[in-house]
Amino acid sequence: MTKEITVTINGEEHTHEVESRTLLVHFIREIAELTGTHIGCDTSSCGACTILIDGKSAKSCTILAVQVNGKNVTTVEGLATTEGVHPIQEGFKENHGLHCGFCTSGMMMRCVELLENNPNPTEEEIRWGISGNLCRCTGYNNIVKAVQYAGAKLRGDELPSTEPVFVE
Amino acid sequence: MIQCKTSKEIGGMGHSVKRKEDDRFVHGKGTYVDDIQLKGMLFMDIARSPYAYAKIKNINKDLAMAVDGVLAVITGKDLEQYNLHWMPTLMSDTQMVLPTDTVMHQGQEVAAIIATSREAARDGREALVPGIEYEVMKPIVDPFKALDDDAPLLRPDKEGQKDNQAWHWEVGQKEETEKIFAEADVVVKEQMHIPRIHVASIETCGIVADYDKVQNHLTTHLTTQAPHAIRTVIALVAGHVGLTEEKIRVIAHDIGGGFGGKVPVFPGYVIAIAATFLIGKPVKWIEDRSDNLTNSFARDYHITAEMAGTKDGKILASRMKVLADHGYTDGAANPSKFPTGMFSIGTGSYDYKHAFMEADAIYTNKPPGGVAYRCSFRVTEAVHAIERITDRFALEIGKDPAELRSENFIKKEDFPWQSPTGWEYDSGDYQAGLDLAMKTVEYDKLRVEQKAKWKEGKLMGIGLSTFTEIVGAGPSKDFDILGIKMFDSAEIRVHPTGKAIARFGTKSQGQGHETTYAQIIAEELGIPSKDIQIEEGDTDPAPYGLGTYASRSTPTAGAAAAIAARKLRDKAKKIAAYLLEVSEDDLEWEPGKWFVKGAPEKAKTIQELVFAAYTNHPQGMEGGFEATHYYDPPNLTFPSGAYICVVDIDPDTFEIKVRRFVAIDDAGHIINPMVAQGQVHGGLTQGIAPAMYEEIIYDEDGNALNGTLMDYLVPTAVESPNWETGHTVTPSPHHPIGAKGIGESPTVGAPPAIANAIIDALRPYGITHLDIPITPYKVFKALKEKGVLDKDITGFEA
Ligand code: FES
Ligand code: FES
Repeated sequence: MTKEITVTINGEEHTHEVESRTLLVHFIREIAELTGTHIGCDTSSCGACTILIDGKSAKSCTILAVQVNGKNVTTVEGLATTEGVHPIQEGFKENHGLHCGFCTSGMMMRCVELLENNPNPTEEEIRWGISGNLCRCTGYNNIVKAVQYAGAKLRGDELPSTEPVFVE
Repeated sequence: MIQCKTSKEIGGMGHSVKRKEDDRFVHGKGTYVDDIQLKGMLFMDIARSPYAYAKIKNINKDLAMAVDGVLAVITGKDLEQYNLHWMPTLMSDTQMVLPTDTVMHQGQEVAAIIATSREAARDGREALVPGIEYEVMKPIVDPFKALDDDAPLLRPDKEGQKDNQAWHWEVGQKEETEKIFAEADVVVKEQMHIPRIHVASIETCGIVADYDKVQNHLTTHLTTQAPHAIRTVIALVAGHVGLTEEKIRVIAHDIGGGFGGKVPVFPGYVIAIAATFLIGKPVKWIEDRSDNLTNSFARDYHITAEMAGTKDGKILASRMKVLADHGYTDGAANPSKFPTGMFSIGTGSYDYKHAFMEADAIYTNKPPGGVAYRCSFRVTEAVHAIERITDRFALEIGKDPAELRSENFIKKEDFPWQSPTGWEYDSGDYQAGLDLAMKTVEYDKLRVEQKAKWKEGKLMGIGLSTFTEIVGAGPSKDFDILGIKMFDSAEIRVHPTGKAIARFGTKSQGQGHETTYAQIIAEELGIPSKDIQIEEGDTDPAPYGLGTYASRSTPTAGAAAAIAARKLRDKAKKIAAYLLEVSEDDLEWEPGKWFVKGAPEKAKTIQELVFAAYTNHPQGMEGGFEATHYYDPPNLTFPSGAYICVVDIDPDTFEIKVRRFVAIDDAGHIINPMVAQGQVHGGLTQGIAPAMYEEIIYDEDGNALNGTLMDYLVPTAVESPNWETGHTVTPSPHHPIGAKGIGESPTVGAPPAIANAIIDALRPYGITHLDIPITPYKVFKALKEKGVLDKDITGFEA
């Protein structure tokens, strides 16, 4: 069974005939050809596929494309604007919040919503807030720093140091 | 403190330069294998065996062929016609690409379905599965039963194979060690299992195989940590059908984490290559997560560890006996002379003269593997055993484990040090690391607090691990994989305008080579690291090398980069002498320029000298500014670490909370402190993972019980504590830049620190050992067995 749907991704309309079983993540990656959204599992566990639907984070591997007909989707490719990168992108780069980059798109999308709901989260709130997203490389310390940095930037506060801190 | 020799602008070693690769990743512009879309590309799916051991009676291909979009079904019998149904493993064992008659583990590939879309391939698979008939046999799951008289012979295909033993290995002084054990005051012994785990990189494995029939040329876009070695293996497997090595190009684009899991050649790769070869269209295969978790593995060592010593705490000897469950074939990726990898590092950081280690590898009906999990060839197993048994020894004689370690450390003036198992440790200062770790956690205060807590019946523990790693494989006299020597390479080309490109035989999977290799070259040549582009992973342009695993990139390719850069610095010196009209002996180097001794205003910058190499070089000198080096290390490098973990265990739920974890690493000179620290953080989380959460569990029929990310517990940010890290710096004396490698130390060193802490918390109740992963339920069970608890909790078995 197929159905024609229109999904707005990063402000651009994509109208396509899709099989009703087509997953949103495949629609984004293969039909809209935005491959920044990744797939890391088959049980909705890893969060590599996280995107925003009408501003709320969601795992796009767990949603059918037909379910977002008429909705607004934001992917990692939609974070930066002509003004420059989004504070969360800057936060991840400046604080070494990524290694292989595979979890990063989904992780950042989740963090965008996290900071929208809670502009100045504690470390504990950040850790619980991203607990639906797995990262196998970074050990999370620097992801926490990246979110704190982005939070400060979004609030217009003084930016925390990005130098690595060692025990001495 | 890390000292920098270059300015921030040059950005050589010691600067926390921000990573160059990150711009593409934070914009979602990385290129991972599943991102590759080629014109006319077909999709492959794989039907797998539901049984651990069975004969294949029939495969009714028609069921799949009837599905819309399915173009072909490939079975072992099809591949047999081309003699492609078996392939060598990196350990010179053999592995089925697809079975012709018998399946050897649950989840083994049985048939591949090629179709015009991913969905059609999946539909074909679903249709095919009921059409595969099996005759189920009783599998061997428990390796301890594999050598029983009535055990079936699992590998009759191997000539001369009489039982289910793959190999036996031993090293050390058997008789002297036995004598010491017989006469020693104190002997301790524990039986340990290091479980089956999986690296679970967030990207699974995959390939886009693209064969051009007209040109007889194969391009594979592949998730591989060792592209060059894989090209050679493909040529060895498929050379007889005309795919010789010059016709093969392996490209590893961005890789979403490797950790050792992307070193081997998996059957899916070979089937996809066979399919594109036969059909002439590109074929994509991306492994499912569940297939990924249940089709290869790391560890699975059963170790009997023993230590002998004196009552006052002098270690005299150690003994380790391993039963290694390899599944149905030895699919590990160790250097060929080392079937147990670097397990023989298991005498640790301690000064004693006698040890004996042996291992027996066993075939069972489980998936093959034995690859690393962020570990230099079985070092983690060895370190776990020695660090656990050292603690056990301290417990036995009633000595503080920190004190016992200090008293037995190899002293910094005793390096180079010959280990009883044949290694020459290059350098170390173990006490310095331990001192810093103890000072940071305030060790003595913690012990006082612990005593008070114990009095109140609270469970608090402090665990140490003071380990020595062995990485950087390796010297060509001893180290090869399938006969190929384990050197690695760097090629630097500097363009006329002073900007450079450098290519390597290694392949980053997140380690940040694009940044750190550039810093090494910047350090040696004075060209700013931002002006140096790094490329790896494409076998056509890059020089040959054995790849990135076992923390070998900095020790081998990093050294190659430094030496190639020094060749160029020498060339620059000749040009400078010519331009400045002085003798070479009158010149002195400062990062970025050659100048005349005593007259620093008479100088030529590296950029001017490079330009001259293209525009105005001395007659008779070769033009251009390029150098290549293949680095054959004289020895391995021996990073070390001192880790301390503090845990609190909830007396009601037995939840284990890591209160603090301090990791002091010594990796010699550090190239980029930010990146090195990031490696330590990540490695520590991959250390807590097997210590507390991860294990692939099999039932007695050989079914993997937790083959998805829902029940195989990869730590999230909540389980992962805030890591506190630092370093001491003891440069490797034989390495060109004094570096040792860092990526794996934390994964190697953390599990025993955590296990020791948890067991230390339970010490008042007579508990001397628990196998990892140590879960709340295991703690509960151990306390229950000791008669400490009157309550009961059930339902958590396996
Ligand atoms: S791909 Fe893993 S949660 Fe969506
Ligand atoms: S950076 Fe590799 S999985 Fe997060």
